[in-house]
Amino acid sequence: MEVSKLAQSKKRRFYMRTAILAVLVVAIVFTVYSNLNKEKNAVLQVGDKAPDFVLVDMDGTERRLSDYKGQGVFLNFWGTWCKPCAKEMPAMDNQYGEYTDQGVQTLAINIGESDLKVNSFLNRYGLTFPIAIDRNKSVMESYNIDPLPTTFLINPEGKIEKIIKGEMTEQDIANFMDQIKPS
Amino acid sequence: MDKIVCTCGNVNPAGTELCESCGRPLNEETKEKKIVDMRYEGSARRSQTYNKTIIDKVWNFFSSVKVGMWIIVAILIAAAIGTILPQVFYVPATNETDIAAYYERIYGTFGTLYYQLGLSDLYSSWWFQGLVGMLGISLVIASLDRVIPLYKSLKKQKTKRHISFLKRQRVFGIGKTDVSEESLLSAEEKLKELKYKVKREGNAILAERGRFSRWGPYVNHLGLIIFLFGVMLRALPGFYVDETMWLREGETLYVPETDGYFLESKEFIYETYSKEESKEVYGEAIDRVGTIAKNYQTDVALYKGPEGSVAGHTEELTFEKEASIQVNKPVKFDNFSVFQMDFRLDELATMTFQLQDKETQKSYGEFKIDLADPQPLYELDKGYKVEVMDYYADFTGFEEGIPQSKSPLPNNPAFLIKMYSPEFPKGETSFVMIKETVEPLGENQHKIAFQSVETRDVSGLTVRKDLTLPLLALGGLIFMIGVAQGSYWNHRRIWVQLLEDGQTVIAAHTNKNWLSVKRDLDKVTEVAHLPKYLDQQDTDSLEEKVDIEEGV
Repeated sequence: MEVSKLAQSKKRRFYMRTAILAVLVVAIVFTVYSNLNKEKNAVLQVGDKAPDFVLVDMDGTERRLSDYKGQGVFLNFWGTWCKPCAKEMPAMDNQYGEYTDQGVQTLAINIGESDLKVNSFLNRYGLTFPIAIDRNKSVMESYNIDPLPTTFLINPEGKIEKIIKGEMTEQDIANFMDQIKPS
Repeated sequence: MDKIVCTCGNVNPAGTELCESCGRPLNEETKEKKIVDMRYEGSARRSQTYNKTIIDKVWNFFSSVKVGMWIIVAILIAAAIGTILPQVFYVPATNETDIAAYYERIYGTFGTLYYQLGLSDLYSSWWFQGLVGMLGISLVIASLDRVIPLYKSLKKQKTKRHISFLKRQRVFGIGKTDVSEESLLSAEEKLKELKYKVKREGNAILAERGRFSRWGPYVNHLGLIIFLFGVMLRALPGFYVDETMWLREGETLYVPETDGYFLESKEFIYETYSKEESKEVYGEAIDRVGTIAKNYQTDVALYKGPEGSVAGHTEELTFEKEASIQVNKPVKFDNFSVFQMDFRLDELATMTFQLQDKETQKSYGEFKIDLADPQPLYELDKGYKVEVMDYYADFTGFEEGIPQSKSPLPNNPAFLIKMYSPEFPKGETSFVMIKETVEPLGENQHKIAFQSVETRDVSGLTVRKDLTLPLLALGGLIFMIGVAQGSYWNHRRIWVQLLEDGQTVIAAHTNKNWLSVKRDLDKVTEVAHLPKYLDQQDTDSLEEKVDIEEGV
């Protein structure tokens, strides 16, 4: 009787200690882990839902991301002063022609520059795909853009498929657009 | 792991030094001591008794006060090392290579070493946070391991303690004085008068006062644990935001991390003290350094986007309020505070030009270009007009004949312009820079003459939200209550007992402030004619007593 009671209390003590230690360790590991990933967390990651936005493009058409559900979206952030942007945008324009019919939309978002500047840029390079200006930088904030250019591949389900930081070749662009083609 | 059964019949947990009930020493070691260690009432700290499984071993490690102390020392040393050079968030660089280069340039080899060892970002390192976490574990376990047995044994203690316990108390006296029931009663009364809680059991009295001061250290630890928990919450999304934004006069920008709030800067104000107004206070200083800042202020309007709106929405902003943000006087909304932190004065905002005849300098009209939003065409009088074909905000020169701009900031604006006049209906092309004009397509008759600029200021604002502050304050408050509880009160106990052989015993214990308990005891012995007591630790007084007894 005494012995079994003792064994029981020992068991209880073991579970109690294990539970308390487990709670403390989990709390600490979680804290350290999320602190280390804080900067990474602030930025969107592959697999996240692409934040919705609405912008008016240079032709006056309202572009809302969620309207493109069921299609792939090739979302590019750029500025006129950014040299790699100027290099990749004509290539994007070529592929835009190839892939719109296959259900891949292209949208380029300029970071808060003036109409005049954006218009002169797209005239110079003869760009035909939709370009919109993020005037109050709220889209840029919600996508945490740094550096320019940054491109998001958004799949037909509205999830981020890939994030490309920096310049792309025309071949890259074609491959990426192919990747988010609706099946 | 057997329980210890005391001669009095009480069953004590293994490892107990003094019987929880009668106070008899339970092991040889304790029996040999002249004065018992009363720190935990001789109770068994659980950590010391079981050491079987790995869990028990980990538990015992963290239960140790010595280990806790070394963790504190380690944190102290690490935190101190982190202050030797500036941490990475004070370094004016954003990417890895620039930061590494900064440490090398400013602090040399030591700087490089400091950076490579990760000491430049010490407080965010996994091992530093791990150390703080270990301190948290140590606080929880060490407290649990002590407060529970202590509580149990204080609750269980009997009024009547065994003589072997009493004679091992620091303050102890025994003698065959004429102690009757009456003197016990008067002792009881006196003790009550001294605000003791008095218990009586047969011929034994236990008087106790300020027991709650024993919980001081544990209340104090509870405060620390709550504080650490608050700090931990900062890692969760939504609890803590610390962002910066640059806002130009006239601009409306989204406030980062907020739920659809926008700020418009109406004006940035920078004021300095004038010599006339504050000659007394600042006169000397103004002579020495030139200017002394009096006020940094951004007048803003706060707007909110429609409910559930998505990013990019610029219409339908509803006006919330106007406010003046000054240093330490943030604008507050929705748990956010926006602080005045920095500023840049006089960024170019508009430029005013005249269309002139180069020879006669006759003006055909004036126009003003808003650098944030240049218009493609400026109509002047009498058929004169100016077309802005392109704009380069931060002009750096030509590359293969193409003008380059290295940023969207108007640091060095330049324009490609076509001037239309009745004489030149097809226009004359001119590239206008600050202080210089290039005529790429041949000699022009007209020119764009720079007239004036308007500038605007840029406010550097910090956006902050901290939902953990109330928790941190609560933790701090509880911590201080614990400190006060343990420092300003003390736990005093006085035992008076009439032994069967007719001798009278008195003993006293306190966790601090021995003088007070002795004074209390003096008052009691006076009225109740109790035997004299000795402080068994104070050897000077011991010898004195012996001297007196021996008649020297």
